[in-house]
Amino acid sequence: MRIAIKHGRIVDPANNQDRVTDLYIEKGKIVAVGKTPAGFTPNRTIDAKGKIVCPGLVDLSVRLCEPGYEHKATIASETTAAASTGITSICCPPDTYPVIDTSAVVELIYQRALKTNMARVYPLGALTHGLKGETLAEMHALQGAGCIGVSNAYAPLDNSAVLRGALEYAATCGLTVHLFCEDSYLRDQGVVHEGIMSVRLGLPAIPETAETIAVSRALLLVEQSGARVHFCRISSARSIELIARAKKQGLPVTADVSITHLHLTEIDLGAFNSHCNLRPPLRSQYDKEGLRKGLADGTIDAICSDHQPHDDDAKSAPFSMTEPGASTLDVLLPLTLQLARDNTLTLSQAIAALTIKPAKIAGIQAGHLSAGAVADICIIDPEKSWTVIKNNLLSAGKNNPFMGWELTGKVTHTLLGGRIVYEYQD
Amino acid sequence: MNHHDIQLDKYGRLKHFLTIDGLDRSLLLDILNHAESFAGVGERAVKKVPLLRGKTIANLFFEPSTRTRTTFELAAKRLSADIINLNIASSATRKGESLLDTLRTLEAMHCDMFVVRHANSGAAHFIASQVAPHVSVINAGDGSHSHPTQAMLDMFTIRMHKKDFSSLRVAIVGDILHSRVARSEIHALSTLGVSEVRVIGPRTLIPKDIHTLGVHVFYDLIAGLEDVDVIVTLRLQRERMRSALLPSEQEYFNLYGLTETKLAAAKPDVIVMHPGPINRGVEIDSHVADGKRSVILQQVSHGIAVRMAIMAMTLGNLAESKPKESDAHSN
Repeated sequence: MRIAIKHGRIVDPANNQDRVTDLYIEKGKIVAVGKTPAGFTPNRTIDAKGKIVCPGLVDLSVRLCEPGYEHKATIASETTAAASTGITSICCPPDTYPVIDTSAVVELIYQRALKTNMARVYPLGALTHGLKGETLAEMHALQGAGCIGVSNAYAPLDNSAVLRGALEYAATCGLTVHLFCEDSYLRDQGVVHEGIMSVRLGLPAIPETAETIAVSRALLLVEQSGARVHFCRISSARSIELIARAKKQGLPVTADVSITHLHLTEIDLGAFNSHCNLRPPLRSQYDKEGLRKGLADGTIDAICSDHQPHDDDAKSAPFSMTEPGASTLDVLLPLTLQLARDNTLTLSQAIAALTIKPAKIAGIQAGHLSAGAVADICIIDPEKSWTVIKNNLLSAGKNNPFMGWELTGKVTHTLLGGRIVYEYQD
Repeated sequence: MNHHDIQLDKYGRLKHFLTIDGLDRSLLLDILNHAESFAGVGERAVKKVPLLRGKTIANLFFEPSTRTRTTFELAAKRLSADIINLNIASSATRKGESLLDTLRTLEAMHCDMFVVRHANSGAAHFIASQVAPHVSVINAGDGSHSHPTQAMLDMFTIRMHKKDFSSLRVAIVGDILHSRVARSEIHALSTLGVSEVRVIGPRTLIPKDIHTLGVHVFYDLIAGLEDVDVIVTLRLQRERMRSALLPSEQEYFNLYGLTETKLAAAKPDVIVMHPGPINRGVEIDSHVADGKRSVILQQVSHGIAVRMAIMAMTLGNLAESKPKESDAHSN
């Protein structure tokens, strides 16, 4: 199969490219950008005039709910949704049921993903056995089975000695630790940010220090162990300051933020809107500005969807009894493009935060359009508007906090290894 | 679903009564005025008006309560409604599904109103968002969020003693952090236009962003009580001593317990209120609770009239037929 993508605006931050030109694909790989290779006759030509052609997106946190929570979503349903929104590589956290702490679970996920073959799925292995925060998981075995990093997901790591050991051991294996930072004692029963809305709604609150203390502790242990730590879902402006200082100091740390926290704040809780029950919680306007600034100055490397599809029952209860998480796979790209339109980021920065930067954090060969690279490509109509309504969402989870929003930017084609896995039908 | 208007129908009338937050002054005054017209009903030989005859009201208490449930029951009976009491064993692990199932079951019995008490903030809003269009929901206390009928009966009591709200300085003393009563009172007092609302307590029990509700914060009881017209003392829950919020009841009483001596800092005609039940010797000294400044028992009896007004208003039976003297005799 030979595909020519003609006249598109190629945005490839990894190669510092942003120009209108053509791209050629053969045998699943990019063979040339710009000049037509000698003797290239395409089987298929895609006219990308007026469209953006960029690397397939890399999403650092998508809960596929399989194994264990198939009543919410499946690998098949969510990778299909991912393809429709330009995402070609997905990292999934280890808090499945059973937990990803054995090779068998890793293999199962790879097999199921391959069966649908709509996106590449990269599991994160458990950092501690059963995510219990007590003893180390067999990280080397998990790495051998195909885990690209390790994480304790949302499970608490209150014992600093365990965290230290886990970081040192992961460093021994050369694994990146994807760390969600939350002091479980300070969080306690909290469900929303400690701020103006927790006062108003009388909901149990999570102070900012639940995050900043955990980030500070982790940074001190990184300094000591030399482990590579990726800070997941940073939510407060104060944490950005801490991470910026650590980066300046030369520590091997990276960070991501969820797309939801870049657009919503505690105010969006309204009158107990359970779709805004998130972890970490939506914080203040000041924090949202801090996250956006951190992204612009490079303190935050990547944007992820932090996709967590839920069934309707999970969100139909009094607020604290609902399950946290939002289904955001469908809106990751348009909401990131909006940051470029708002001049929060340049278009190149926005695309980099969804492609080459997360690819580097995950340590996978993806996120760029160099000649010879695997042809994972996303073609976007940047002017196409659409409304977030249930029927427009491909994810099995309809718990999308952006319901009713008018978004601009729609994927028209997604290519996975040179194969068209999604094509928009008007 | 429009969360902001959920309490009001499309004509701006009270459909549910979930929180004071967002209701305007004239609506709150309507409640007080209607309550005033019901206040005498309990003293008559026949303690009933037929306003809600044929209506079925379910008291849905997911959290134990005696006095609130009883006053709602009496209020419903005095309006001639049928009332059923459901004390659903409180359980922290209760699933949302079972709450929805309970609602569906009760709806099948054609209830017209749910009076809801629940340990989780937002429970009444959630139930109001789920019920059939003809059903009204009254919040009888949800988590630390709101207890709007308690706030209104306190406003009723204040108005009875102080006439005008605009000159008043009110202090709320105690565990503001966990108090649904405090939140509702702050909204009610501000909406009714008092001159100042103060909250008084230790830093561990006062949310750090409470000033965003427009209140003044005092950590010292005597300083906070200076020149106030009304004191609301809040009940202190014993579980606060088990977490790192307070060392002991004794220490709390020494610092924040209302005694005759401390009361001297307030205006001479200050009134002392308490939503009950009282912990004597913890948040309030018996001499004060039973003293001449205390209006605590009046609050309880006003609770019935205020709840009658709110029930009649939400079920839409008041606009057409305001209670008249003849109503009491027509029964």
